[in-house]
Amino acid sequence: MKQTISVLVENQAGVLNRITNLFSRRAFNIESLAVGVTDDPSISRITIIVDSGNSVVEQVEKQLNKLVDVIKVRTLEDDKMIARELLIVKVSCTVKTRTDIMNLCQIMGAKIADVSPNTMTLELSDTGDRLELFLSLLRPFSILEVARTGLIAVQKGSGKM
Amino acid sequence: MISGAEALIESLKREGVTEIFGYAGATICPAADALKRSDIHYTLVRIEQNAGHMASGYARISGKTGVCMVTSGPGATNLITGIATAYMDSIPMVAITGQVESYLLGRDIFQEVDMTGAVAPFIKHSYLVKDVKQIPRIVKEAFHIASTGRPGPVLLDIPIDVQKAMFEPVYPDSVDIRGYKPSYKGNIKQIERAAKAICQAKKPVLCLGGGVISAHAEQEAIAFAEASGIPVVTTMMGLSAIPTEHPLYMGMIGSFGHTCANKTLGNADLLILVGARVANRAVLAPDQIGKLMKTIHIDVDPAEIGKNVSTNIPVVGDVKQVLLQLMEHCPVAQTQDLETLRARRNKELTRELPTKTGYAHPARIIRALGEKLDEHACVSVDVGQNQIWACKHLPQKNGRFLTSGGLGTMGYSLPAALGAFVADRDRQNVVICGDGSFQMFENELATVRNLGAPVKIVLMQNNVLGLVNEIQHSSYSGPFGVALDHSPDFLKLAEAYGISGGVLDSDGEIDRALDVMLSHDGPYILCCRIDPDAKTGD
Ligand SMILES: Cc1ncc(C[n+]2csc(CCOP(=O)(O)OP(=O)(O)O)c2C)c(N)n1
Ligand SMILES: [Mg+2]
Repeated sequence: MKQTISVLVENQAGVLNRITNLFSRRAFNIESLAVGVTDDPSISRITIIVDSGNSVVEQVEKQLNKLVDVIKVRTLEDDKMIARELLIVKVSCTVKTRTDIMNLCQIMGAKIADVSPNTMTLELSDTGDRLELFLSLLRPFSILEVARTGLIAVQKGSGKM
Repeated sequence: MISGAEALIESLKREGVTEIFGYAGATICPAADALKRSDIHYTLVRIEQNAGHMASGYARISGKTGVCMVTSGPGATNLITGIATAYMDSIPMVAITGQVESYLLGRDIFQEVDMTGAVAPFIKHSYLVKDVKQIPRIVKEAFHIASTGRPGPVLLDIPIDVQKAMFEPVYPDSVDIRGYKPSYKGNIKQIERAAKAICQAKKPVLCLGGGVISAHAEQEAIAFAEASGIPVVTTMMGLSAIPTEHPLYMGMIGSFGHTCANKTLGNADLLILVGARVANRAVLAPDQIGKLMKTIHIDVDPAEIGKNVSTNIPVVGDVKQVLLQLMEHCPVAQTQDLETLRARRNKELTRELPTKTGYAHPARIIRALGEKLDEHACVSVDVGQNQIWACKHLPQKNGRFLTSGGLGTMGYSLPAALGAFVADRDRQNVVICGDGSFQMFENELATVRNLGAPVKIVLMQNNVLGLVNEIQHSSYSGPFGVALDHSPDFLKLAEAYGISGGVLDSDGEIDRALDVMLSHDGPYILCCRIDPDAKTGD
């Protein structure tokens, strides 16, 4: 089962290394990982997705909590979080196909980030499933390059970590 | 203005440091220079690994944080075994390593290794100090982290230019680390649940681990066992938490433990684990325990709970605090069959031992040694058959038993004993080791002389890496690479270091040989000729 762990850490050199170390020494695979600074510049948020059983995730949470640089850890429940990934995709296009692609963008809520005479670069921020759908719709137009971030998430409602 | 190195030494003094174990090299010279001008006592080891082990032995006996200090590169990598050993046994330690100039980091210059990276998996925390102004704060934090919660080693890796940089230090009075807040008191609800489970139990067992000793909770653990009438077993790291003679004590559990202890545990309906992680050597199938009996797990480290043994009632907190809290509820178990357990235990302890000419029997030597030792003696034990024999046969009084239980590091015993000597020079100090392990620390005989430590070394000489030999006999196609041919004449070697010794090669001589050793004024090595075919179970 995929689970999302949100971790607030000291924004310092070496912290990410300690965290990934903790996963690798137990041979736990990280599905996705995203890091970014929070509103407090001394704190970063790391969002990690692991595909493991509950007991593994519980042990990971405890081990994360043991790290001195880790301030807070929480496993987010799927239906109680707002979670997004960002996709940037470059597709080839002709004058003919351009409008079709623009239509798709409109349906999916994607933005056109860049155009050239024979390519379009599109960006979409959404859930992983929706990004997959968008990619599958674009495939007939020949995808040239894809870049995706890991997932970032916060709890729904007024609660915070 | 003072230098970073001077601020480092001043900060150490403010933490109450009076002893440092170390080995010099270029990048630690500024700190060494500042240390020279201080009143902190310095012990020079003969290889850096042993600076770690000595700091460990020192910490275990003094109750303070042990400090070791070595140079960058090879000095630092040599220390790694010392750090890992301390980590696995939860020993409070601050390890200081020199580092190349901070502006050259990452260029693989002479004697540079990424030390914080190298030790990351087996250290409680580490600092690469890049700003001299941070030294006072970092040292204060390092001692706080090393000594509180579940103790462990902390690394300070300090580039030479940072040690030399001049600044105006401000020494903090307190620490506040937002990501590090160990809990001390146990949750009241959980304590109540634990008390209730104890009252309902018919075959409870209390298992004491090294956490009981590091929390200085031996008295509380014994008082709790007595008040609730629960039989006690220990892990290897928990040895010496309770005297062997105690009527409730059933021995050490584990694949090399006492049969009585293992049976008591195996038949239990309630297991109360205190400060023990019960890894695979302590319990053959830790993951099965949860299915066979109810478990209460008391530990200061929340991550230990449920890691190896599934737990019904977790109680996170300082072991001493939690035991006191638990005793307020005065739970009394309905323990059955205590007499049967006791009879079985006595039978095991007084078992007849065989005799073989040309050799002394290890269990007989160790039993006799235990009888003769002072009430508060410190016995440091190495790894191998010698360790198992000592664990099983040494009668524990109210002294201390030091061994590398977690990592099983050969060569631990003598350096640990020397650290213990530095911590308490008046305590009787004995080492039990094998001939393989002896050859991993024999260079420290010089340190024995340097310190003037009257340590008594009981060397179990079987000319073989005994424990491995035994495993190869029982589970593989026979011995390979375990014969210790061409080992030196240990007494001549001792003599070269100016240390006296004797030989023990028959059961009839045990008493006399031990008396000579123990009454000798100064260090002494007793070479005990042990049958190479002797088994850990013998
Ligand atoms: C540093 C290290 N290397 C290897 C081992 C594996 N090992 C465990 S016991 C043992 C044999 C120890 O031999 P010796 O010191 O002679 O003790 P004996 O078993 O003969 O009493 C070995 C090699 C270890 N525990 N530590
Ligand atoms: Mg041997």
